[in-house]
Amino acid sequence: MSIYHQMPGLLLAQDDGWIDFNVSGLVDQFWSNTVDGLAQGSIYALVALGYTLVYGVLKLINFAHSEVFIYGAYATWFTFYGLGFRPGPTAELAIFELIGFLFLALLAAMAVSGATAFVLERVAYRPLRNRGAPRLVFLITAIGASFVLQQLIFIWRGANPEQAIRLLRPEPVFEIFGATVTNITIIIVVASILLWFIADTFVNKTRFGRGIRAVAQDPDTATLMGVNKERVYIMTFLIGGFLAGAAALFYMMKIPQGAWYQGGFLLGIKAFTAAVLGGIGNLRGALLGGLLLGLMENYGQSLFGGEWKDVVAFVLLVLILMFRPTGILGESLGKARV
Amino acid sequence: MSRARFGRVLALAAAASLALGACAARNDDGGDGGDEAQQPQASAPAEAANAADPAGDGNAKCDPNTTLAYAGTINGQNAALGQNILNGVKLAVNRHNDANPDCQVVLKEFETEGTPDRAPGIVTQVVNTPEIIGVVGLPFSGESKAAGNIFDEKGLVQVTPSATNPALSENGWKTFFRGLGNDNTQGPAAAKFITGELGAKTVCVVRDDSEYGVGLANAISAELGDAASCQEKVKTKQTDFSAIVNSIKSANPDAIFYSGYYQEASPFAQQLYDAGVEATFVGPDGVKDDEFVKSAGDAAEGVYFTCPCVPADQFTEFTEGYKQLSGGKEPGTYSPEGYDLATILLKGVDSGATDRAALLDFVKNYEGQGLTKSFKWDEKGELAASTVWTYKVEDGKIIRNTEIKPD
Amino acid sequence: MTTTDTRAGQRRSLSEWWNNLNRPTQWAVMIPIVLLIYALPWLNPPILTTEPGYDFPIAMFEVARYALIAIGLNIVVGQAGLLDLGYVGFFAVGAYVAALFTSPDSSLAKLPFLAVIPIAMAITMVFGVILGTPTLRLRGDYLAIVTLGFGEIVRLLADNIEPLRGNQGFQQVGHPPGTNADGSALFNNTDGKPWYVLTVTVIIVVLLLVGNLERSRVGRAWVAIRDDEDAAAIMGVQTFKFKVWAFVIGAAIGGLSGALYAGQLAFVNNQKFDVVTSMLFLAAVILGGSGNKVGVLLGAFVVAYVPLRFLGIAEYKFLIFGFALIILMIFRPQGLLGARQRLLTYGRQAYQRLLGKGEQISHDASVSSDRNGGVK
Repeated sequence: MSIYHQMPGLLLAQDDGWIDFNVSGLVDQFWSNTVDGLAQGSIYALVALGYTLVYGVLKLINFAHSEVFIYGAYATWFTFYGLGFRPGPTAELAIFELIGFLFLALLAAMAVSGATAFVLERVAYRPLRNRGAPRLVFLITAIGASFVLQQLIFIWRGANPEQAIRLLRPEPVFEIFGATVTNITIIIVVASILLWFIADTFVNKTRFGRGIRAVAQDPDTATLMGVNKERVYIMTFLIGGFLAGAAALFYMMKIPQGAWYQGGFLLGIKAFTAAVLGGIGNLRGALLGGLLLGLMENYGQSLFGGEWKDVVAFVLLVLILMFRPTGILGESLGKARV
Repeated sequence: MSRARFGRVLALAAAASLALGACAARNDDGGDGGDEAQQPQASAPAEAANAADPAGDGNAKCDPNTTLAYAGTINGQNAALGQNILNGVKLAVNRHNDANPDCQVVLKEFETEGTPDRAPGIVTQVVNTPEIIGVVGLPFSGESKAAGNIFDEKGLVQVTPSATNPALSENGWKTFFRGLGNDNTQGPAAAKFITGELGAKTVCVVRDDSEYGVGLANAISAELGDAASCQEKVKTKQTDFSAIVNSIKSANPDAIFYSGYYQEASPFAQQLYDAGVEATFVGPDGVKDDEFVKSAGDAAEGVYFTCPCVPADQFTEFTEGYKQLSGGKEPGTYSPEGYDLATILLKGVDSGATDRAALLDFVKNYEGQGLTKSFKWDEKGELAASTVWTYKVEDGKIIRNTEIKPD
Repeated sequence: MTTTDTRAGQRRSLSEWWNNLNRPTQWAVMIPIVLLIYALPWLNPPILTTEPGYDFPIAMFEVARYALIAIGLNIVVGQAGLLDLGYVGFFAVGAYVAALFTSPDSSLAKLPFLAVIPIAMAITMVFGVILGTPTLRLRGDYLAIVTLGFGEIVRLLADNIEPLRGNQGFQQVGHPPGTNADGSALFNNTDGKPWYVLTVTVIIVVLLLVGNLERSRVGRAWVAIRDDEDAAAIMGVQTFKFKVWAFVIGAAIGGLSGALYAGQLAFVNNQKFDVVTSMLFLAAVILGGSGNKVGVLLGAFVVAYVPLRFLGIAEYKFLIFGFALIILMIFRPQGLLGARQRLLTYGRQAYQRLLGKGEQISHDASVSSDRNGGVK
């Protein structure tokens, strides 16, 4: 309908200049991009929670968290495959079957991601903690672990992404300002916020959550007060892994071709950006940061053109770290209950 | 909007309501009574009776050290393409050696990982191995650019089954021969197909950031002229295309030409489909792969491909041999090309060209029919005549559509 | 950290023996070793050779290139303790500058290759300042992530900015002058030997310069910052200034190696400047022993040579290096050879006069030294 007034901009991109400010495109597609950005942002937010929890408790950037996520994506794919679905057109399922299968995949993804995070903590990080290694050593180990986890998939499954298996086709449910909202978008956004809410409640309201916050504030004092530090660490990694697994299922519903060995890297970096944007170590910050990043990425993409999508995210990361490393809501898991 | 696509959607809905399990919709060509002239499927070229056979007359004699080589990706990124070619080459060499007990040609394989920084070291090793007198290889354009001059310096003939960048033949390399049409033949042909046979008035050209994608997108855009109503760019390894999908949706073109490879094309096609974009999706040879069909799911049905490759469906003898060799896999894109080019080198060996200079000379003056086309090269190493075929996806399979005849 | 098993003891005594030698004797030992290193591509020793899989002289150039990169990155990571995950960005800038000024595919003026090398270094240094000034206020892992972001931005810009030709790249990048007997160019992409000799020479010069820098006030400032930035600041070290210096000097060496890479390959496109390559560079430094110049040379050798020597395992190189990083960080965080510092200018003479024996070296491991967490 409104293509004609944006065409000069598009042609400009081809002829000269390498950035083209397609303002009319941004305005036209604002609501569609908002809807898509929220869906993408919810996934970022769930993965960002894993970064934030581990950082809050251990002051460690778990660089391998992106691999924890992608293992969940593979778990989803293999669950579908194991249930007898094959790549090709979307299967037609009765609603209760669909819910059952998706729930099964959710459990599988959460279990696999949680297990990956657990093993990571035990094999790679714990020996370092016992030796009181400095933080950069942790980071380098995390990079090494990330390589190992990624390459294991590469050697097992090769470089090609797994062929898409999809149980649920996106169907428009309603429109908002001309933007179509599909069933998948609704599922992703609602389920993500629900999971975030559960995680937030767990950390802020339960006894165990109090332990997490205590360790985040001061591990030594917390230990003196009878908190089992090691259990808290394990628990943080597990929660982070569970959430990443859930995010992986949602991601695979949105992008069924998403399971491939390097598929976690970019998403991981972006989720980390989201965590920093909101204030790393802050659960609410992770949600806010995730949604904001999803939105900005999509707006940026329609403003500058598709090839600038990742640049938008990286520039945002650099700018926040430079000007407000504590993020929008400020860091600190210990004070999460303000 | 494309009637064919609409028909497909209807059919899909009908099928969905009928069947419980997964099922693919059928696209009846021209059966939906649209005014777009859907040309009937052209018959695939039969295996030419006079196609060169690597077996030869069975009396060839040659030095047992005579070696040909394949250089290219084997296990690296986009390895499937390399495997397709390598199996084609292997098939030709095996047939030759089975038929000619006195001429056992050795085939050496070199892994370049498909990257320009790894290729020169490998290729230097190839040219410094004196037994090697001919090479099938360098499947990708980037690595060919970085290492092509090395073949030229040492006078080792290099026949590429898949590097389609037009600039490659402009380097003055005397040893470079291309076994298929370059992007400058495919681009205009694809444009002709989209505006002619598909009847599209507006086309959105989407390119990835690969050299192949950019070159082909430029070639087709130039030919489309004003019909190329929008241009979009994506990145290799991108999986989420929501913003581009939104802007294509609002541009509402009749057709979309995706200039790139299947890895990005499959999620992209699917996200377009999910968003309800009804334009016909057309991809080049880089997308024409079973991986795409499997991975794009619902969106694959009714997608068209253009490819400077000839349908292999009628090459029954070739297909059987290939399946035996590859453990049951069907020949893929560029398998017949690899087979043809290896055959030409083998014929050279059989004719007594057993050093590099003689084999280079043989290829330069070669003229003959192969499985895929008739081979004769001009002084730049481009084929004198090349063909572009279109294919489409029907019932979850890639089938041949029509040949795009040059004007 | 000080283990007293016999192997460590032998190594200690070896290094003590070496340090007790006077300069001329040291040179007398060194010169044959250096000559041997120079002669490697011609010798093509049977066990060491990468043939018939990969051309040996080119493989040796590859090793030398990694060694140069490792020396540059070692200044940033090993000496100043700044974990830089985006070092490949500087490498890319160097390669692109070389391509832009020498390749016929670029519209810029053509310059001789040797003149482009200092230009490439200068421009990378400017990039070092641009990236360093804002980011170096961050510490530790935040700095690591922000450099990672910058590295990716450089790569994406090379992709998106049309004059940089993305994946199409630049062909026929220039090379140093000189011809073979038959009139063909001495420096070409099929013969690794001249490039190897050039790079090894560059490495020796850089090592001498960097060695002098380390023994100067700058080097001591770096070590002080690395070991405890706050303490260094209190003692009057202008920490920010010296961090930027480390960044800029490291960048210059990265740019230099990038330019050499572009020249040898004669082709530059955007394919090899990704995070993974950056991690390989880092792996070279960490494996060998960050802060130890001999160590990082060893690390570079391992990282560059092993995948070429055993092409069969090349596919697994990232897996192997990943495991190596984890295991090393757990059992030997200082790397194969730990950091050893010569901190005094004229230290040799001073020690000789005061103690009557060779130079004493402060043994410590760079990354493992800030036990109490670098970020406060």
